[in-house]
This record gives sequence, structure tokens and C-alpha cells, in this order.
Amino acid sequence: MTAIGSEIYSLNVNGRELPVRDSWIGESLLFVLRERLGLPGAKGACEQGECGSCTVIIDDKAVCSCLVLAASAQGAAIRTVEGLGPDGRLSDVQQSFLDAGGVQCGFCTPGFIVAVHHLLDGNPDPSDLEIKEALSGNICRCTGYGRILDAVKQVAVSRRSGSRGDSKEGAR
Amino acid sequence: MSVALPTSVDEVVDLLVRNPSATLLAGGTDLMVEVNLHGRRPTDVVALNRVAELRTWSVDSSRRTVTIGSGVPYAEMETGELARLLPALAEAARTVGSPQIRAAGTLGGNLGTCSPAGDGLPVLAALEASIDVVGPNGSRQVHFADFMVGVKRNSLRPSEFVRSVTFPLNDGWQGYAKVGTRNAMVIATASVCLVRTNDHVAVALGAVGPTIIRANGAEAWLAANHRMSSPPSNDTLAEFGRLVREASRPIDDHRSTAAYRRHAVGVLAQRLLTRSYS
Repeated sequence: MTAIGSEIYSLNVNGRELPVRDSWIGESLLFVLRERLGLPGAKGACEQGECGSCTVIIDDKAVCSCLVLAASAQGAAIRTVEGLGPDGRLSDVQQSFLDAGGVQCGFCTPGFIVAVHHLLDGNPDPSDLEIKEALSGNICRCTGYGRILDAVKQVAVSRRSGSRGDSKEGAR
Repeated sequence: MSVALPTSVDEVVDLLVRNPSATLLAGGTDLMVEVNLHGRRPTDVVALNRVAELRTWSVDSSRRTVTIGSGVPYAEMETGELARLLPALAEAARTVGSPQIRAAGTLGGNLGTCSPAGDGLPVLAALEASIDVVGPNGSRQVHFADFMVGVKRNSLRPSEFVRSVTFPLNDGWQGYAKVGTRNAMVIATASVCLVRTNDHVAVALGAVGPTIIRANGAEAWLAANHRMSSPPSNDTLAEFGRLVREASRPIDDHRSTAAYRRHAVGVLAQRLLTRSYS
């Protein structure tokens, strides 16, 4: 059993063990990622699990990082939007969001990208209903969702056709 | 403030004995909202996410029960074997928040918070689930009806916590329905779980009273006046709905009005009874 009273612990984020320093032990994972670890991809909006803009993957589950007590995530494998694309390039999902026009103001986009990666990793051929249900915890106030749906379907098709474009070079 | 990360039920009990005022952290979907938005500052947190025993479930085929650990997330109840064994629980689980919330939220958390709008709780009430409570003096089984005692109040004693929930299996029909302002990501305005066996219909109502309410009058009236083998007539449905509404004790609040909740809970119960024959 681990008991933490001090403010130093470490988290495994995107495959790297990162020390968390100078933090209050009650901070959410969202806050620690953004303010302590310099990973601002996950966005903070509602801070009550309703908007999905802070979605990260912990041990293969997509969760709201605002509702995770950071100190309780020690030992877990945390993946953020920064860790999805290879070598700092865009992932196939990110590229597809750009291609389909699924990004407008962009604030919700990282949460959607993480949720879509999680969906397609478990279900390579989702129906429209399955996509909508999988993304029902992510709120976008700009796009009306149509182009986000298009983006998801385009990635699913391209992955199934074998041209898994994780590392599509550059943006058009 | 401290955060403890126990890995066994015994360690959790030890921590709670040493510090009965410690705050238990299950999926975090309630506690972290209070920390983030309502300024709650727990002094000592006992996080349950590493207690492997709490994240398992099992079937006892001789007793015909399913026991679900208090730390099993709702996502695991939505599909697969658990959904086949407890379809009403699967339906309730699917209405919890969003996929992100269902990946985190647990029955233990629902029971710890004990909100009348807790999505899982009407299922526990209708199926007459029993709660395995662990504390310094060992474990005890608490009937759900004796567990939830008020709005966000349960009958846990100091240093006790919920280890698991045991549901009896039956061959009848069971279903769950919920009304909210939208399909996803919504807290119940009213919810109903209905279980129909050969000779009885159990109806439990959520979000329409200080605790989950069993519509005893409606249940008894159906048992006396309705032939369970055939679908209900319109007159039967009307009287059933009226008795369900009568059992509810809703209030006006920011989520809805008492009048709407009373109406909705009757409609949901009628729909479920009809659905149980289709």
C-alpha cells in the first residue's frame, strides 16, 4: 500500500514516468497534466465530467481527467492527446478531423480526438449510432457534429482498407 | 491532506478504523466534482481503485445470485455476461452519464453518494439486492431497503464501506427506464425499474422521493387484480399508473417540477409493464 502525504509522486504519461512536484495532493489529473507537467492538450471546461474536453485514456479506458484524482493514477498508463501521433506528427484521426472540417474553434477537439482513438481501437467498424453513443460525452458547440461524424467514418474506412495513415505527412 | 492507495479490503478497513472520517474515493465522478466546483477539501482520501477484489464479479449458480464488486465500473455492466444476467442493470448502466463516466462510475459510488437520482439504485430496490458491508467487526448483509435512509444518507456505520452487491437471479422480465432533458449525459428527472415474475411485479421509483421508493400499493393491486400471464388491459394500465404516481413523493427543484416527475414516473412504469409482455 502506498500512502502519500507529501506532494511528490510520479505519473506514467505517454510512456514516460514524470515526477509531479510542488502540487497539492488533491489536484485533478487534468490540472496536473496542464499546470504541473506542461501537457495542455487536455482542456478544462466544465470540470464536472459533462463536456469531455479533458478526455484522456487511462489503462485503455477513456475517462474525464478532471474527475481523476491525479495521485490515485500512479502506476496507471495515461495517454493524452499529445501521445497519440507518432513523433509529434498528426495521428490519422487528427488529420481526418482537419480534412473533414471537424474542427472549428478547436477547444473540444483534443477530447474528441482521444475519444475517437479509443472508439476505433475497440471497434474498427462502428455504425453511426455507435459513433454517436461513443462520443455522447464530448460536447462541441461549433460544428453541429456532422463533420466530426464524417471524420470518424473516413478514418474507419481508411484503417480498414489497410492504409492506416497514422503518419500522413503534413497537412494539406 | 493525504491520499492512501490500499490494495486489499483489509487495508481499507484498517485505514478507516484509524481514521473514520477519511473520505472514500471510488470512480471520482461525484467527489471530484465537489472538489473542483464546490470547494470540498477532504483531509484524508482512501482511493479504492487499486483494490482488485472490488473490481470483480461472480455468479453463484446454486444460490442463483450474481455478486458485483463495489468497484466494477458501469461500463462492464452494459454488455456481455453481466448484461445477460441482469438486463435491467445493463439498461440502467447505459443511461449513466457518458462513456467516460461509465468507465469510472461504480455501484459502490452510487451507494456511497446515495442520491435519489442514482441510476443504479432503482435496480437494486426492484431486484431486492443485498449489500455486503465490511467494517472493523467483519461483514454484514444489508437489504437495499435498509441501506438507503434519506437523501444522500445511508446506514453505513463509522469505518464501514461497501464491498459488493448481490442480486438474486430470476427467470422473469426486468427493465429500466429513465427520463431526463436529453438522451446522453443526463441526471434522471425520474426513473423506474420494473421486474415481473410469475406472480409478482416489483416497481422501484428513482428521483421522485428522498429515497428510492417501492410502489407497494401498485404492486399489491396488480398481484390481486391482474392475471400475470396476459398483457394488461388499458384499464389495468391506467389504475397501475395512478397507483405508481400516488406512491411517488417528488419535489420541485432545479431539474424539474414535482408535477412533471409524478406524471413521468407513472408513464415510465406503464411503458415498462407493457414492454414486459412484448
